[in-house]
Amino acid sequence: MSKFRKKVTEQPEVSTASLPDIVFMLLFFFMTVTVMKDTALKVENELPNASEVKKLEKKDRIITIYVGGPNQQYRELLGETARIQLEDKFADVSEVGPYVLGRLAEMPEALRPFVTISLKVDKRANMGLVIDIKEVLRDVGVFKINYTTYEGDAFMNVP
Amino acid sequence: MPRRAGAPEVNAGSMADIAFLLLIFFLVTTTIETDAGLDRMLPPIEPPETDVVIKEKNIFQVNINKNGQLLADGELIELKDLRTKAMAFLENNGDGSCNYCQSGKKDPSSSDNPTKAIISLKNDRETKYGTYITVQNELVGAYNDLRDRESERLYKRPFTAMESEYIKQETPASVKEELKEKITKIQEMFPQKLSEAETSSSGGS
Repeated sequence: MSKFRKKVTEQPEVSTASLPDIVFMLLFFFMTVTVMKDTALKVENELPNASEVKKLEKKDRIITIYVGGPNQQYRELLGETARIQLEDKFADVSEVGPYVLGRLAEMPEALRPFVTISLKVDKRANMGLVIDIKEVLRDVGVFKINYTTYEGDAFMNVP
Repeated sequence: MPRRAGAPEVNAGSMADIAFLLLIFFLVTTTIETDAGLDRMLPPIEPPETDVVIKEKNIFQVNINKNGQLLADGELIELKDLRTKAMAFLENNGDGSCNYCQSGKKDPSSSDNPTKAIISLKNDRETKYGTYITVQNELVGAYNDLRDRESERLYKRPFTAMESEYIKQETPASVKEELKEKITKIQEMFPQKLSEAETSSSGGS
């Protein structure tokens, strides 16, 4: 009888010695994946909502143009009219063309036909500026654009 | 004489806690952002070689004024009615050549068939961007709804789902090939002809 009783042993404990290693691995993953924003926004950029959106994959062929009223800190200086922001400075409509061409020239030639312009326009901005930008883009021969939006109910845009 | 031990060991028990703390910080701050939006093609600058005559009835004219009011085909309508109105126009099937149009009214003063129907969007310089996007969204939505319906009927899955799978990088090439065929088929049934005409300026002429 006692022979059987001996078999009941304690449950072995799970070793947690490798826990720090696992956590560190995750930590390094997130550290490397995290991208700190490289452009500080100088314009208000509350994007409109849309429901019929398509995802913008492949970041390497996207050129972003921001449009919106100047931020709180620039408002005294520049007023409230919507402005264009390229990279990290304010720009005029006439500067959009050279900027886009410059960015195109930096890209490998194979990618150039697939370049998409992502227009991040504040929903309170007027269409006038957007129309001007579209005109410039047609001039420089970049026809693929994307009105970047949040995913949501489109009717929330209307005041 | 007391026995002196070697250098005391640092307790590494809290290492995991510190690492966890950092991990949680990065987890919270990371935004793996994928942008999404409405894809549009701008019209090329040079006019087409041959002038194409388009019948008035094949054009669905949408006008947005600076107050965000909407004029569709000569009628003042509400934003929320735009989608159904656009769909009715696309599916009108005036000449009866479209055998997959389900609710075609066959109105002789509206579009001949979906391949000929054109939606033209005009806006004012002072139109708010938000309103413009909503209108764009509704018009694209009208096309998507029709395409989804046909896609469900033919391939038992919505068009938009097929399309987003096609765009994904992870999708294997063989699947893409198959999807592409289906997508083009549906696109031919309801080609997206959404033109953005030159805009009217407010005030002047």
